[in-house]
Amino acid sequence: MSTAVDIRDAVKRYGPVTALHGVSLTIADNEFFTLLGPSGCGKTTLLRLIAGFEEITSGEIRLFGQDIARLEPHQRPVNTVFQQYALFPHMSVIDNVAFGLKMKGVDPATRRARAGRMLEMVHLSQFADRLPAQLSGGQQQRVALARALAPQPRVLLLDEPLSALDLKLRQAMRVELKQLQEETGITFIFVTHDQEEALTMSDRIAVMSAGRVQQIGTAREIYEAPVNRFVADFIGETNLLQVTVEEVSEDRATVVLPGGHRITCPSASSSTGLHHLSIRPERLMISDDADLTATVERVVYLGTDLQVIAHLDGGQPITLRLQNAARVALPEPGQRIGLHLEEGGARLLAD
Amino acid sequence: MKGVRHYPGFLPLTIVCLVVLYTPLIVVAVYSFNASTSITSWGGFSLRWYGEVFTGREATRFGQAAWNSITIALMAATTATVIATAAALAMVRGGPFRGRQASFALINLPLMVPEIVIAVATLIFFSTIGLKTGYLTILLAHITFCIPFAYLPIAARLEGIEGTYEQAARDLYATRAQAFRLILLPLMVPGIVSGWLLAFIISLDDFIITNFVKGAGMETLPTAIFGSVKQGIKPNIMAISTLMLLVSVLFVTAAYLINRRGRQTP
Repeated sequence: MSTAVDIRDAVKRYGPVTALHGVSLTIADNEFFTLLGPSGCGKTTLLRLIAGFEEITSGEIRLFGQDIARLEPHQRPVNTVFQQYALFPHMSVIDNVAFGLKMKGVDPATRRARAGRMLEMVHLSQFADRLPAQLSGGQQQRVALARALAPQPRVLLLDEPLSALDLKLRQAMRVELKQLQEETGITFIFVTHDQEEALTMSDRIAVMSAGRVQQIGTAREIYEAPVNRFVADFIGETNLLQVTVEEVSEDRATVVLPGGHRITCPSASSSTGLHHLSIRPERLMISDDADLTATVERVVYLGTDLQVIAHLDGGQPITLRLQNAARVALPEPGQRIGLHLEEGGARLLAD
Repeated sequence: MKGVRHYPGFLPLTIVCLVVLYTPLIVVAVYSFNASTSITSWGGFSLRWYGEVFTGREATRFGQAAWNSITIALMAATTATVIATAAALAMVRGGPFRGRQASFALINLPLMVPEIVIAVATLIFFSTIGLKTGYLTILLAHITFCIPFAYLPIAARLEGIEGTYEQAARDLYATRAQAFRLILLPLMVPGIVSGWLLAFIISLDDFIITNFVKGAGMETLPTAIFGSVKQGIKPNIMAISTLMLLVSVLFVTAAYLINRRGRQTP
């Protein structure tokens, strides 16, 4: 697979503030790549560096081998879908979509035909002559997509494009976006703070925090094999337990919990001493074949799931999630339970 | 929350303000249709004073003054609007630059300095550089004091236009100049038009500064009216005043409407 975007040691400073501390990542052609992180982690800054709206302080940005770090935005073969869409309010929908083609010097007949096809693709043909203000949020969103895709960019940048939509629409758009990416074969770089969005659509995800990339991997990799505490805590729910590492070998470790329980699990850390152990709530089961013992505090009914809040014998709180199946007997508050840990459900983290 | 009308004493206060502000205008407008020569007693409805304005003894004097006023207002408003647009772009879109606060103060200074001070200072300036007072000096003075009036609505409009529109245009292969011409400028138009209209009215109505820098023999409508009133108020003055009032109201209304429509399609 060829490389679409190659970023080397990208640093961005705003005066005394450093937004990006030497970010490096490689995005393959035809990939749906997501930059995920809390607000202020630098993900939007990185996107704006690729688009050319911000000037890079140092480092390299290569697009299909060509260094674009110093080019003006209009010289870069990338297009952006903005968070608030930024549709031109004084132009009709079709003129909005055709704008990029017009700027590239495509003749009027061709660009109108192509813009029309783009509108067809996002199911908005009948709205071609309306003004953006006359469309709903979801429709505006799709116009913004069509407008950014019309000039056939090499890479499409999406800056939290779904955040302004309501939940139902957001879920529908996730599927549509992924389909669009597969149909067009264009590389998508998607910025979001919503982990569910990231997990459902992306081929690969870069988890960012404090201006640094913490981990890059598939949804499964970052969920199941987080490298550090931040990633484990940010992606999904997890129990973070303080443990003492007894022994580490070949990315497995044996740790002791404050309650005296001893667990052997995969490890992202290579040092002994005090560390954090991540246990996913859905990887725990109530069982007599117990790795851990705990006392139930509360049971929360969530519909599809049950959430059991308990504390371990060492006093540390722990949460587990059970599927709400008919065979499940609800534990009572105060009841002592044995917890069985599925293989791979726990992981020792680097701090 | 209670509306403002529920506060005791607000209604009478409002009525007093409105009466004081508008009664004189209404009296002038009504008496401009008075058939009698008296300016205090009503002698029936007539349009004779409007006829007098256009055909009477002073018609040529007023005609010339009106022509001066309108041509000066057109040129002053246009020039001031161009300068104000450039200033607004620099202030709002220019990012932080040295002397930004000072520039803002400088642009808006004419709004705060007493007009009589500007009038005297402008006159002293023109005579210092040896510029003979007349049509040109009026025009230059008008351009200067019109700039802040044109600036305010333009800058307000520009502040309401998000930077992402230009970014989107630049992202879609438009150069800086194209992004300005095709996206930003059309979005600014409502602000520019209302700025121009405001500047036009301010120029048309100005008396104090004009009176200082106009020189002998040169008149604009306000100075001509003042000159005429010095020899006693005649009903034809009321007719001219009413006409000017009408033009002002039309322009200000137009400015308001254009601005409002602009806000509906941001």
